[in-house]
Amino acid sequence: MPSIHLTRHLYAFFPHLEGQHIVVEAKTAGDVVAALERLAPGIGFYICDERGRLRTHVNMFVGKQMIRDRKGLTDVVAADDEVHILQALSGG
Amino acid sequence: MATRILLGTRKGAFIVEKQNGSWKPRLAGHAGGGVNYVARDPHTGKLWALLGFGHWGAKLSVSTDDGETWKDNPAQIKYPEGARYIGQDMYEDASDENGVGMRIVTRPAAVQKLWIIGFGPGGAVYVGTIPGGLFVSLDGGNSFELNRPLWNHESRGGDLFTGEGKGETKWFGTPAAEGGEFAPGIHSIVVDPRNPKRVFVAVSTAGVIETEDGGETWQPRNKGMRLDHTPEADAEWGHDTHYIELCEGEPDHIWQQNHVGIYYSNDGAKSWRKVSRPEQGVHFGFPITADAKDGRTAWVVPGKSDQQRMTVNGALFVARTKDGGETWEQMRRGLPQEQAYDVVYRHALANKEGTVAFGSTTGNLYVSEDGGESWTTAANNLPPIYSVRFA
Repeated sequence: MPSIHLTRHLYAFFPHLEGQHIVVEAKTAGDVVAALERLAPGIGFYICDERGRLRTHVNMFVGKQMIRDRKGLTDVVAADDEVHILQALSGG
Repeated sequence: MATRILLGTRKGAFIVEKQNGSWKPRLAGHAGGGVNYVARDPHTGKLWALLGFGHWGAKLSVSTDDGETWKDNPAQIKYPEGARYIGQDMYEDASDENGVGMRIVTRPAAVQKLWIIGFGPGGAVYVGTIPGGLFVSLDGGNSFELNRPLWNHESRGGDLFTGEGKGETKWFGTPAAEGGEFAPGIHSIVVDPRNPKRVFVAVSTAGVIETEDGGETWQPRNKGMRLDHTPEADAEWGHDTHYIELCEGEPDHIWQQNHVGIYYSNDGAKSWRKVSRPEQGVHFGFPITADAKDGRTAWVVPGKSDQQRMTVNGALFVARTKDGGETWEQMRRGLPQEQAYDVVYRHALANKEGTVAFGSTTGNLYVSEDGGESWTTAANNLPPIYSVRFA
């Protein structure tokens, strides 16, 4: 099952996730967000807006590849993938 | 007597309390996060904070222990499926001499900013947002719904849930939107203390809008306001109201700081009269606060002008009227009078029982306990202050 790595920023809002090795059942990027929401209710609305789109200044990587479908989160996630969710570095 | 002030700042919520004769601020939550507005619901005792995280979106936070601890409210503000609005998009246009074109687009709605929260009796909670949706709770904040009659108002192009509407909006945007999108926002919510079904909201940029039936129908209330800088000076819509507040004791007296000056109504917003006095430096600004007892008394913190949104000649003053805007007094005692360039946002001035307080984007907090006659500096080095409200 894919492993999920979150930016430290998110631990400030969801401290019970800190230090956990997060492994979820997921075949797409959208599945990852849904699984995280079950682990930490509310986190999905930090990562995505209410239309289900990845927030403008949030990035999601499957392996080393930034996901392509920021609206539908249909990018495929394989069982041995590492998924990173982090804030976009927008300068400044 | 007022003893507690709540601050929303760019880097957290602060509580300011009077201790041993002086006002002391302390960080009270959301350290490092943007807090657009903090207020206490007088009917439920809950404290509410409207958060604007740069990366993680707008969040509604609540405290049920007077600000000791905060949590994300279980019911967050979210636009429902199918909510859309008409907006203007700038785009690159090589054929245009400035390289920029503008087109009308219909967009799906998502919360960009939680801007103001207001309260009514019986657990009524109202949240004003960018892009212009009013969210209403009738159970103390346990659930919220978009007010559809206002969202679907003919002035915004009609019902876009079920069709394409009229394809035209009379609501324009505000640069206060986060994320660079130019969309309208609700920044003022006023509930008539005599009749909670009567609610005013004010919108940048549209004007003042009233419901008398608990939000089922809405009417513009912009008579007497002028758009002298546009081709249609007496237009019903398109007014850049910066903030409105009413007198609790005389609720037909409503005060408005507008982009084009100060307006006053003594007939419940049926008509407005311009009462600013540019020659006295009392004209442009963002905040305004109305006395709770005397409908003819209000305070503003003027800026110089639209072109110079800063203090007048580098000296800070508060202006007060006690006669419905006929005359204004400039009150400067205790406020910096040299090289002071404080900018005061629309929610950053408040009064309660003779105490007046305001905060600036330079992180200064000033308090007067004699109606504005004299001032003390309660803090100098806070983050940029977005809101000042008495608890």
